[in-house]
Amino acid sequence: MQLAVWTYEGPPHVGAMRVATGMENVHYVLHAPQGDTYADLLFTMIERRDQRPPVTYTTFQARDLGSDTATLFQAAARDAYARFEPQAMLVGASCTAELIQDDPAGLAEAMGLPIPVVPLELPSYQRKENWGASETFYQLVRQLADQSVTPSAKEGRRPAANLLGPTALGFRHRDDVLEIERLLEKLGIDVNIVAPMGATPADIAQIGAADFNILLYPEIGDEAARWLERTFKQPVVRTVPIGVGATRDFIAEVAEIADVDPAPAMAEDGSRMPWWSRSIDSTYLTGKRVFIFGDATHAVAAARVAHEELGFKVCGLGCYNREFAREVRAAAKLYDVEPLITDDHLAVEEAIAEAQPELVLGTQMERHIAKRLGVPCAVISAPVHVQDFPARHSPQMGFEGANVLFDSWVHPLVMGLEEHLLTMFRDDFEFSDEAGASHLGPGHAAPPAASNDEAPAATGEAAAIAWAEDAERELKKIPFFVRGKARRNTELFASEQGRATIDLETLYDAKAHYAR
Amino acid sequence: MSTTLATRPANGTDCAPVLRERGQREVFCGLTGIVWLHRKMQDAFFLVVGSRTCAHLLQSAAGVMIFAEPRFATAIIEERDLAGMADCNEELDRVVDRLLARRPEIKTLFLVGSCPSEVIKLDLAKASQRLAAKHAPDVRILNYSGSGIETTFTEGEDACLASLVPEMPASDAADPKELLIVGSLPDIVEDQFLRTFEELGIDRVGCLPARRADDLPAVGPNTRYLLAQPFLGDTAQALEDRGAVRLDALFPFGAEGTTSWLKAAADEFGVDEMHFNSVVAPGRERAKRALAHHKERLEGRRIFFMPDSQLEVPLARFLATELGMNPIEVGTPYLHKTHLEQELALLPAETRISEGQDVDKQLDRVREAQPNLTVCGLGLANPLEAEGLSTKWAIELVFSPIHGFDQAGDLAELFARPLRRRDVLRV
Repeated sequence: MQLAVWTYEGPPHVGAMRVATGMENVHYVLHAPQGDTYADLLFTMIERRDQRPPVTYTTFQARDLGSDTATLFQAAARDAYARFEPQAMLVGASCTAELIQDDPAGLAEAMGLPIPVVPLELPSYQRKENWGASETFYQLVRQLADQSVTPSAKEGRRPAANLLGPTALGFRHRDDVLEIERLLEKLGIDVNIVAPMGATPADIAQIGAADFNILLYPEIGDEAARWLERTFKQPVVRTVPIGVGATRDFIAEVAEIADVDPAPAMAEDGSRMPWWSRSIDSTYLTGKRVFIFGDATHAVAAARVAHEELGFKVCGLGCYNREFAREVRAAAKLYDVEPLITDDHLAVEEAIAEAQPELVLGTQMERHIAKRLGVPCAVISAPVHVQDFPARHSPQMGFEGANVLFDSWVHPLVMGLEEHLLTMFRDDFEFSDEAGASHLGPGHAAPPAASNDEAPAATGEAAAIAWAEDAERELKKIPFFVRGKARRNTELFASEQGRATIDLETLYDAKAHYAR
Repeated sequence: MSTTLATRPANGTDCAPVLRERGQREVFCGLTGIVWLHRKMQDAFFLVVGSRTCAHLLQSAAGVMIFAEPRFATAIIEERDLAGMADCNEELDRVVDRLLARRPEIKTLFLVGSCPSEVIKLDLAKASQRLAAKHAPDVRILNYSGSGIETTFTEGEDACLASLVPEMPASDAADPKELLIVGSLPDIVEDQFLRTFEELGIDRVGCLPARRADDLPAVGPNTRYLLAQPFLGDTAQALEDRGAVRLDALFPFGAEGTTSWLKAAADEFGVDEMHFNSVVAPGRERAKRALAHHKERLEGRRIFFMPDSQLEVPLARFLATELGMNPIEVGTPYLHKTHLEQELALLPAETRISEGQDVDKQLDRVREAQPNLTVCGLGLANPLEAEGLSTKWAIELVFSPIHGFDQAGDLAELFARPLRRRDVLRV
């Protein structure tokens, strides 16, 4: 048993729902008790969808157990087919129905519905949401793809690609797809289908008509992409175009596979991020410590952008989905940090507090952690929140996506000039540390002296070191948002040097030692 | 999937049939009650023994992750727990030990059963006994089921409160009569009621649940109880098994409902009629004034209740009798005829009462009726709005203070606001 307060991922059938809800003309009959219908509100409230997810829940009750839950399933499937007339049906069980072993697959097959029925085996007690989405998409593609469909002769037509991975309830999937379609248009490449999002089962049947696949979200599309690679010999573009550098790599990879000229897309229309980052007002971003946590794909991409394109220092990197831990471990090596692979948000909170970052890039969960620690934060990954569905176009991918990253990561920080002003005015009687930083909004008072941020490092010998009164007074003159780091560094320095007391001398020696 | 008509057993004057349906239900399970119960009982912790789905439900129903470490959590059953029951119990003990070690301020721990724990027949009653022996007297360990195969939404609170009843100290028939308010209310509303009872001269008043779970009131043949919520069938039964007597009244919604509810207690405790009127009049007048603001917008409007919290019947009565609304259909997950007898008698005769749900069929009826306002769950509201129908999220009725005189205006406002919004928007 695992003790969980908050979870990064839902159960695997929610992943299946994300696939079904993203598609058109598919219906999902889910063997499940009442209460599992809560999942509908994820789509109607968080994503503000104007239609119910295409899911029928059998809603069995205690009194049905052992008698006619199987009949209930068949009646629900029959009614759903009659009412919604889908082109294909997904059938499966939620966690409870998995235990009563009614075999939705066999029951549905016995009904002889005149449409393809795709049975889903999603082990709820082992797997989670992303895996469920991936498995569902893979099963759909495997069963619905018409293997006789292949690309037409190359002469006289533009190359065509499938975009794989976007679903309902995805982090900015809606906007990313638009951005990538624009890029492909500039390269003279057609989109055969986008799937699962927006695709019908009939579209999936035509998936083989594309020359290659573009895998936007490996967590969801990798399994299907690998099957397509084997079955249709479609090469896969695996670079995820988040950030300027990755977008350029992506364009190069696409151009090579499609045999087109990359130049029209490389022209970077609308890409302001490189200049914004070079502009002298961004100098203060140099070496800012950033802690990154999310799904593996977004976390790894964010680390590259933070390191190469904003000049941050990556001080922590991790993901909650073990399936992609290898990618995160490899990236962590690049930035010389210990990879954090966990789905326990308390462990993440500890790691963040320990790392004392100046910016957190994470999920909604890390946003709350950062709020408590008084550290600025930007959201880079699912699990999603209603705020992650902005009304405006706000992609993460492509050149416009890089612009969005610059704005959304840099704006939460205290700005460079603001830092100087705070230093200038720190002795002003009207200036109070307790007022906190205005950009964090009300309720974000600076942490009181006893909080995490400023408490002496409680680990190892550092805790035994005493602060002389004058050094303590001097420390108070440092702006609150760097004071915690200054204290920690000084204590570390003192313990390395074997000094028992921190006096003014030690404080400034440490400052010189850590000068960057 | 199945639809049956049965006789509506109101008070004899009204025998319109009750529509009973079975099919897909679009309602929460009983676990959801933890979201408000853990706020109400500040020294209690709720540990759901369930699946990742349960944890995800609680997180989604709570809406936002606002509490650093809320007083609820899920012990997620994993593959290896299913392999052997002995291991499963051992694992549970380990999780509870760890939890209690980390949260020493917890005085009552509820082990909450879920669909999976029920299906694998994990005996939480036995587990709570075993764990209680280990952690007594510091922590009381109770259990109830909030599973979706047994409970619908607010029935989770019923099951939780029913599990507290055996823990209440015993009082004696010879003790002076005591009043017990049953059902969790926001503290501000509870305080208003307690002040009113004090002014009426009823000074021995207890509340279930108490704000501190280890502070339970006594119960016995001298107990007279008022239900503050209409969904507490099992709790009422458990109280009666211990000799308590229910005071029948309307539920305390609106000026009339609140008056009836207070009056039932006043009569039982021998409060003089004149005194009752003088105590109640100011609040009652305030409620009526507040309602008058909303009457114009709501009067004559047609309203459709999808089943959700079991509050539907009393709320429909309030809207019909005090604001002139016209309830077309009042759906409820479960119709407790005895507790609702007075309420049902006041509903307009043409109102259709439905129990249970087949959501697609019910939505067909909504579309056909084209009500001015549909009260429904969060999964249905936006889709209906997109079809051009105004909706009111039912869950807000459970999370907001709506009982009593001084909330009557707020309660009416909850129904008026979606209609007003529709009128002001020009986009």
